[in-house]
Amino acid sequence: MKISGAEILIECLKREGVKHIFGYPGGVVLNIFDVLYDEKDIELILTRHEQGAVHAADGYARASGKTGVCIVTSGPGATNTVTGIATASMDSVPLVVFSGQVPTMLIGNDAFQEADIVGITRPCTKHNYLVKDINDLARTVREAFHIASTGRPGPVLIDLPKDVTTGTAEFKWPEQVSIRGYNPTYHGNKWMIRQAAQMIAKSKKPVIMAGGGVILSGAAKELRELAEIAEIPVTTTLMGLGGFPGSHKLSMGMLGMHGTYYANKAVQDADLLIGIGVRFDDRVTGRTSAFAPGAKIIHIDIDPTSIRKNVRVDLPVVGDVKNVLRDILKVIREQKGQWEAVRKSWLKQIDAWKKEKPLSYTFDKKIIKPEFVVEKIYEISKGKAVICTEVGQNQMWAAQFYKYDEPRKWLSSGGLGTMGYGFPAAIGAQIACPGKLVVDIAGDGSIQMNIQELATAVVNRLPVKVAILNNGYLGMVRQWQELFFRERYSHTRLDTVPDFVKVAEAYGAVGLRAVKPSEVEPVIREAFSIKDRPVFMDFIVDWREKVFPMVPAGAAIDEMIFDEEEKKPAKKLKAVK
Amino acid sequence: MRHTISVLVENKFGVLSRVSGLFSGRGFNIESLSVGETIDRSVSLMTIVTTGDDQIVEQITKQLNKLIDVIKVVDFMDVDHVEREMVLIKVAPRKNDKSEFLKLAEIFRGRIVDSGPATFTVEITGDEKKIAAFIELVRPYGIKEFVRTGKVAIAREGVKKT
Repeated sequence: MKISGAEILIECLKREGVKHIFGYPGGVVLNIFDVLYDEKDIELILTRHEQGAVHAADGYARASGKTGVCIVTSGPGATNTVTGIATASMDSVPLVVFSGQVPTMLIGNDAFQEADIVGITRPCTKHNYLVKDINDLARTVREAFHIASTGRPGPVLIDLPKDVTTGTAEFKWPEQVSIRGYNPTYHGNKWMIRQAAQMIAKSKKPVIMAGGGVILSGAAKELRELAEIAEIPVTTTLMGLGGFPGSHKLSMGMLGMHGTYYANKAVQDADLLIGIGVRFDDRVTGRTSAFAPGAKIIHIDIDPTSIRKNVRVDLPVVGDVKNVLRDILKVIREQKGQWEAVRKSWLKQIDAWKKEKPLSYTFDKKIIKPEFVVEKIYEISKGKAVICTEVGQNQMWAAQFYKYDEPRKWLSSGGLGTMGYGFPAAIGAQIACPGKLVVDIAGDGSIQMNIQELATAVVNRLPVKVAILNNGYLGMVRQWQELFFRERYSHTRLDTVPDFVKVAEAYGAVGLRAVKPSEVEPVIREAFSIKDRPVFMDFIVDWREKVFPMVPAGAAIDEMIFDEEEKKPAKKLKAVK
Repeated sequence: MRHTISVLVENKFGVLSRVSGLFSGRGFNIESLSVGETIDRSVSLMTIVTTGDDQIVEQITKQLNKLIDVIKVVDFMDVDHVEREMVLIKVAPRKNDKSEFLKLAEIFRGRIVDSGPATFTVEITGDEKKIAAFIELVRPYGIKEFVRTGKVAIAREGVKKT
């Protein structure tokens, strides 16, 4: 029996186990939306902007581990997804994005709402397709889900010309996927694994640097076991938060530009650095020539291009992190090393660094410190919330002052650094985890980049909490201007517009505000008690507050600036509010 | 170092732009690129000449391998192989120089594929050195234009390509 392309598409999605799609309708995808109208097994969540749809699908994927799915129309619908796709690509998030396209006959004619989205997204997808023949549709969808979710995950886009979804064909579901040019390496080389275990045994001052790969491969348990057996301190990258329990005694928190003093010190002083599921991003390494100068580097990653891209590597192990760690653990267990004795002085040294310069801020009775808000959210949520962030100071404070003990509790645009990511991602995460507490830690700049999604959250009765650390500035840029541009605050002042409480109320959400530190806890508690609507919490915070420690661009990661070191005369600019 | 890399790809639309886009997007350099179908019509072969230090060329081959439509990548640097390139050169020698020029073309086993009152067009095939030498030698005769195919390369018999 022949069915329409749109029906084939939805049947494919069901077989892939898709339950939720984020999307926005339009001319050339009307057929698909028409089929969805009667569909009982798949729910489409209508966002208010296509960028919101992709970020929501991304948040859904990060929170659940499933592949996120989006459907948008051609032209502007498709181009609006680009930032979201690039965000997912940089952070290795499995997404399948369907874009409508003008009929094949019209492609290339500059038709109404035509854009070469396959050409536009080629560099920011893992792979993309233009389906020209309806008989290729089912196989293409199958391949797309396979590519998106295996190996190093990433977004895949499928462009669907209107005549492909309106035409009819027999439905044939390919049981097997075989793509001759795509064969990720899942198991590490045996010799390399033995070498790695030996290097770990020989090292006196090892450090594990764990990244997003640990979370993607579901290897948090194996990582913890390795760290505990061989007594190796662990630092995580921004993407790796939650891959190792933040409250564990071996945890050193995050490293890099705004990493902890002790993590950066330990990496610079280590004799062995084990990079696990990381790509040695420039925000982590600082000046690469001065990075981990005394350490041999073991680099475990599923993506061979990550290895030796930015830093020298002494022992590369290509493979899925979980498999590789299991194999290393097997060898390590046989060694029966006297780990405690070997590591004693190294761990003591790290403890000394922890005591010397812990993460800190100065509490103030009159004005709210943004770090205090994050700490309170941690305390009141008992560390159990799914935290999303925007980008900038809010993101760094959320990374520093909230401890992530489990994977998939930290959703943040690490690679691309997309302002406007957090709120739609929180919506996606809330749909993936209906019973959980989902909090977006935002700034007053970032939240305005996708604020229209309040409507999505209200209509779907999603109790997403948004904590706006409102300092009236684009804080991170302002921080750089203060430190490196002689306090010339060029176009970073936002004048505390709009009134976020009123905005929330206008949308039918709840708006709360805290101006004094004593109001912070009651506001958070009240927000957390609301279960049927989104809540905006407007925290008027100290605009002067900066993120520390900080490694200036181009410096080595142990060349950190701290708060107390830069005592400057009182600022001339007046604080807003 | 100059590397000749052959890339076996799916013969589908858009593959060339995936490959060329990878080079431009990551700041790699392409000196020449030639593409053609193979015996298996579902597969095309690209020969790319690029320059870079070891680390860059390692990245280039890894990034190429990462493309879904790329089936196999061979860097001919450590592989015994034969390389050829074809060049068409239009030269306008003066009347007195014509016979000397034709002799020179003959020495290099060039073929005259077109001639007119003012110019000769020579087809010449060879490896990099031969072509460079020929171009240098005919330069004084007055090169009007020249066009090259880009290099193609094939491994010698019995050589294992890894």
